[in-house]
Amino acid sequence: MTAMLRLLNVSRRFGGLIAVNNVSFELRAGEIVGLIGPNGAGKTTLVNLITGVHRAGAGEIWYGDERIDRLPPDRIARLGIARTFQVVQPFPLMTVLENVTGGALFAGGVPTIGAAKEKAMEHLTFTGLSHLAERPASSLTLANRKRLELAKSLATNPRLLLLDEVNAGLNAAEIDAALDLIRAIAARGITILLIEHVMKVVLTATSRVLVLHHGELIADDTPGSVTRDPRVIEAYLGPKFAARYGALAP
Amino acid sequence: MMRVFAFAAAVVLVLLPALADNYVLRVATTMLMYSALALGWNFIGGFAGYPSFATAAFFGLGAYASGVLQTMGVPMPAAWALGGAIVALFAAALGRAILHLRGHYFAIASLVVAEVLREITNSATDLTGGGMGLNLPVLSLDVTNQARLFYYAMFVAAAAALATTAFVAHNRLGFGLRCIQQNEDAAIMLGINTLRYKVVAFVLSAVFPGVCGGIYASWVNYIDPTDVYDVLLSVKPIVMVLLGGVGTVMGGVYGAILFLLMEELVWRNLLQFHAGLLGIIVVCLVLFLPNGLRGAGWAKPWWRRRTEEAAP
Amino acid sequence: MLYVQVLVNGLVLGGLYSCIAVGFSLVWGVLNVINILHGSLIILGSYAAFFAYQYLHINPFLFVPVAALLLFCLGYAIQLVFINRVMGSAVLITLTLTFGLNLLLYNLMILAFKADFRKVTLSPPLGSLNLAGVIVPVDRVISMGFALALVGLLYALLRGSRIGRAIVAVRMDREAAQLMGVNVSRIYAITFGLGAAMAGAAGSLFSVMFPISPETANALLGKAFVICVLGGLGSVPGVMVGGLTLGIIESYSALFFGPEFSVTISFTLLILLLMFRPTGIMGRRGYQ
Repeated sequence: MTAMLRLLNVSRRFGGLIAVNNVSFELRAGEIVGLIGPNGAGKTTLVNLITGVHRAGAGEIWYGDERIDRLPPDRIARLGIARTFQVVQPFPLMTVLENVTGGALFAGGVPTIGAAKEKAMEHLTFTGLSHLAERPASSLTLANRKRLELAKSLATNPRLLLLDEVNAGLNAAEIDAALDLIRAIAARGITILLIEHVMKVVLTATSRVLVLHHGELIADDTPGSVTRDPRVIEAYLGPKFAARYGALAP
Repeated sequence: MMRVFAFAAAVVLVLLPALADNYVLRVATTMLMYSALALGWNFIGGFAGYPSFATAAFFGLGAYASGVLQTMGVPMPAAWALGGAIVALFAAALGRAILHLRGHYFAIASLVVAEVLREITNSATDLTGGGMGLNLPVLSLDVTNQARLFYYAMFVAAAAALATTAFVAHNRLGFGLRCIQQNEDAAIMLGINTLRYKVVAFVLSAVFPGVCGGIYASWVNYIDPTDVYDVLLSVKPIVMVLLGGVGTVMGGVYGAILFLLMEELVWRNLLQFHAGLLGIIVVCLVLFLPNGLRGAGWAKPWWRRRTEEAAP
Repeated sequence: MLYVQVLVNGLVLGGLYSCIAVGFSLVWGVLNVINILHGSLIILGSYAAFFAYQYLHINPFLFVPVAALLLFCLGYAIQLVFINRVMGSAVLITLTLTFGLNLLLYNLMILAFKADFRKVTLSPPLGSLNLAGVIVPVDRVISMGFALALVGLLYALLRGSRIGRAIVAVRMDREAAQLMGVNVSRIYAITFGLGAAMAGAAGSLFSVMFPISPETANALLGKAFVICVLGGLGSVPGVMVGGLTLGIIESYSALFFGPEFSVTISFTLLILLLMFRPTGIMGRRGYQ
């Protein structure tokens, strides 16, 4: 069975800085995989490479049987890969419903605006935003904007969803709600790559975790193993503290 | 209610040549031309949000393409249509070349195109008459019937522009352009091929001015480069749309009517201060009436939405 | 030998061009406003110098600081009264506004000065120098000297003085500058005033070398555009590179195609640059 997403020796540099260094991994259909790493590790760059925003300097990216690393981002979106942005990117003066309709109408493949609006309402109900359908997107709270971002991505009918720090800036209750939503999405058969800093989310929601550090993949294992991996601890805490506290980890 | 009004207006417009004298007809013809120019600009500047200053380039190119074809013996309506087609092709090529630019860079590029076309037209003396201008073949029709002919020609152009605007506003193209205008990066990630959509909008913004240019050239019988490539032909449609409501369906029409009324009533007698007065109106409009006179129904002035994107 | 002459002509011209463009670049880079008035401001400076010479017999070279001061005040006022109200707005708005202001200024100049050309004819005339076979008119050399000095002065001002540091800070991060206590509105007005001052000074120099009329304003604006895109936005050295490059290009193209094509060539160059390399020769990312 072909993996849903395969990265083979992917690299990308910006000027003198190597943002992503020889990264290889696979995502299999139906998985929820976490992607963690200290700030600046290259996580968002990796998402940008997969979605075609940046072109990989080296390596290949395969989506099923199709090679996608040379395709423009709108093509990749239409193929079924969706992503959310770390800093939410709505259409500010359009209503919530119109925002999501956009997703359904284009990458989502719905032919008419009317039908797209209906589909959009379904996604809004799924993400709990249906009561805000006619409000301008700019008037939403942060938590709801993140849901809107999610609803837009779902409207594009993805098979692979890349969530870039959906939980940043949310309080504990909001995070729990977001977690339920993520599980519900996975239950629909969508493969998810979850970039996260919030450890609770990573440890409870994912079956596998990738760890990026200075652009390199330093771990690819179950959540439990990854948190005990000395290289991961060192990456987050630095060698001095890792040496001191590594022995104390459960 | 609005429909009754619109229907009545349409009837009046269609019957006008029978009701009015040549002067009123001339003013009305100009108004229809202004409407077509404004509606044309609205596709790229209003729907897509790209500040194009290329209207003069398209108008002038249409005028000369059609004019030169007529001096070669092509019958007038065919020349108009062919002129429009040439402008459309030009806009498609130009669009592919400059629509990846944003903001100021795009505006400048679009502004400069008219200048370059003007200079080229000036130099291609054998073909276009250069700085001496181009004389178009005179029609063998009496004055009144000529006035009616050109009135109806501009009417068709303006009506076509309005119909296209209404159509685009309610279909996928319009929706996609609006998404691009609101947040182009997000639009790309939703699967919109933004370059293609922008080029379509750009071509639409060119073809109506192009055809108008052709009709204009036949109407006045003599054109020269300074006249038809005048930068004011790029600025006036923008002012009209700002007046009437950017990104709306009727905005261009309302703005054109208002602008023309101002021009005819106030300006006509102040030939020496024409540019200056236009300048004053533009300044007042921008500073005091950011939503135009219709207040397009958005909470903030439409251009404030770009504040978030003023990049450091 | 001819090519050396043409090169020298280009360099001398280029010096003046840098002075013409630096004010425009400053305003675009710091305020993110394309100042359509720039060409007209230069011509206004030229007229001031012309009339000062005709009626007060003040040498245009000596008039440079006066022109700069007069135009600074005008520029400061324009920014404070008009442009400050639309700072941060969409490109369409600021561009249309400066367009409108320019239409007004242009019309006023036409009414005041008429469209016919004026030229400052220095008496006694300054003549030409002959340097190893290359002929350089003295007035052009002095102009170039002044122009480069002015550009250097602006550069020093931006780097060295408090106001200059504030301007650079505002350009880099407006909100952070505000938090540091910088009065951003005033800095904007000062910056625009400086841009106008450079335009006035350039105009004063320009009046010695070329005939002036309100109609020339657009061509000067066009050159300023090209120079900014050529040299990359946001740096004074970039403007120098752009100015000298344009001077040389125009000089050679006048040789091969004739002087009447200089505007077409600069604009075609501009479009090609925008299509393929909007960051210019120096490759620095400008404001979009």
